[in-house]
Amino acid sequence: MKKKYSITSLIKNSLSDNENWGKMWRNPNPKKHYDVIIVGGGGHGLGTAYYLAKHHGIKNIAVIEKGWLGSGNTGRNTTIIRSNYLWDESANLYDHAVKLWENLSEDLNYNMMFSQRGVLNLAHNEHDIKEIKRRVSANRLNGLDTMWLDKNEVKDLVPIMNTDNLRYPVLGAAYQPRGGVARHDAVAWGYAMRADELGVDIIQNCEVKGIKTDNYKVEGVETTKGFIKSSKIGVVASGHTSVLAATAGVRLPLQSRPLQALVSEPIKPVINTVVMSNAVHAYVSQSDKGELVIGAGTDGYNSFTQRGGYDVIEETVRAIVELYPIFGKMKMLRQWGGIVDICPDASPIISKCDVEGLYFNCGWGTGGFKATPGSANVFAHTIAKDEPHKINAPFALSRFSDGRLIDEHGAAAVAH
Amino acid sequence: MILIKCPYCGERDQSEFSNGGEAHVIRPKNPESLSDKDWGEYVFYRNNPKGIFYERWVHSHGCKKWFNAVRNTSTDQILRVYKVNEKRPDLSDFKNTLKSPSGEPLVGSGNFAVKK
Repeated sequence: MKKKYSITSLIKNSLSDNENWGKMWRNPNPKKHYDVIIVGGGGHGLGTAYYLAKHHGIKNIAVIEKGWLGSGNTGRNTTIIRSNYLWDESANLYDHAVKLWENLSEDLNYNMMFSQRGVLNLAHNEHDIKEIKRRVSANRLNGLDTMWLDKNEVKDLVPIMNTDNLRYPVLGAAYQPRGGVARHDAVAWGYAMRADELGVDIIQNCEVKGIKTDNYKVEGVETTKGFIKSSKIGVVASGHTSVLAATAGVRLPLQSRPLQALVSEPIKPVINTVVMSNAVHAYVSQSDKGELVIGAGTDGYNSFTQRGGYDVIEETVRAIVELYPIFGKMKMLRQWGGIVDICPDASPIISKCDVEGLYFNCGWGTGGFKATPGSANVFAHTIAKDEPHKINAPFALSRFSDGRLIDEHGAAAVAH
Repeated sequence: MILIKCPYCGERDQSEFSNGGEAHVIRPKNPESLSDKDWGEYVFYRNNPKGIFYERWVHSHGCKKWFNAVRNTSTDQILRVYKVNEKRPDLSDFKNTLKSPSGEPLVGSGNFAVKK
């Protein structure tokens, strides 16, 4: 039954103490065979299943998730959305996502709490200014809404920022007003609910132990709930993608590292935009609950521990406190880490591979959340048609042998 | 944060060190005769196992010397530290010494060394 959320359904359900909302999706046992299996029940994976069912008419789909939906990096990121990437290929991909974000709540009839509150990228020295102005110009040529703001304009937007009295003064910033934040769990839940309505089986608490292939052709996946047959498998497992790929004999140019984030105790609204600084490594926004959401960096070594080192947080917090002296006495509530899969050029891989029927959507590194709808949309196209959409064609695995890299180290929020 | 035992200085905090990625990657002797794919493999592809990983470290804020380590990437436990001129320890040396928190195989399934 199609679930509708509206003002009337809110009133109706509030009269019965919100106890009759019902389940948002089924909890089916896996069938023996699916037309497409998506490994990974985060936003990208669930979105892929949704677009496959909605746009490409494939109904016999399973999404297999090791834990619960959105328990990986979908639930661990800092929810920032923007598309101010340097190169044409990336600008196309990320802005495709931003355009989908703008209508996602309506499309799924589920509130994404998408808030286009703008994103600032600070410049702290002459080189930053040149680099950021170059990126602003490149963005504008690609039709994006990025602009350069001088120090006073930045100060007007974020009055609590200390722009002058610090080791690396704030000299200006790139500003993208269409950027912002969204509720990360809602993305997974919204896609899951609508995919489920279209007949997609969402199988939680089921770990894919290996991908079975025969003579460079996929046969299915071995899971903790038995073997499931399929001729098309899309792997969207972020940090664990290379582990899964290896079971199919595929090697990927990925390195997995912990990336941390932390939130503070909730306070009254003080910052109504997203501020990022690549140079001093601090980025912060304020959630609707009032918590400061702070993104830290990656550890300097490969790890799958989902913790991260304390020195990484210390570095970020040091910069935050210098940029915003009023945060100096705040307490932090929680800290966590997620395992991100980093590509040599800091751009994702959305691609087929040497094994027929095996597709990868990985390598998003430290910045995959913003791309969720766009990535899912083009990945669904890639799986359904067995060829990439024109937006993700440049993000093929072949770029690591033909050399057409898309170097976005400068546009990534976190240096890596 | 982990402690690393530099073979020259002793046990120090990890923040004194820099990681140099996978160890024992050998530059091909005949780059001109390699295909683009093989050269790409050498330049961009590194093992990324969940489990036993051979890696390089440099004591950047100390003696500045490079050395190798064997670490379990699913626990961050360092199992062996050895100098660059020492022989690479055999994978079988590390059997039954590890427990992965998620109950996965002792040696990560992504470890290509196992498959060879």
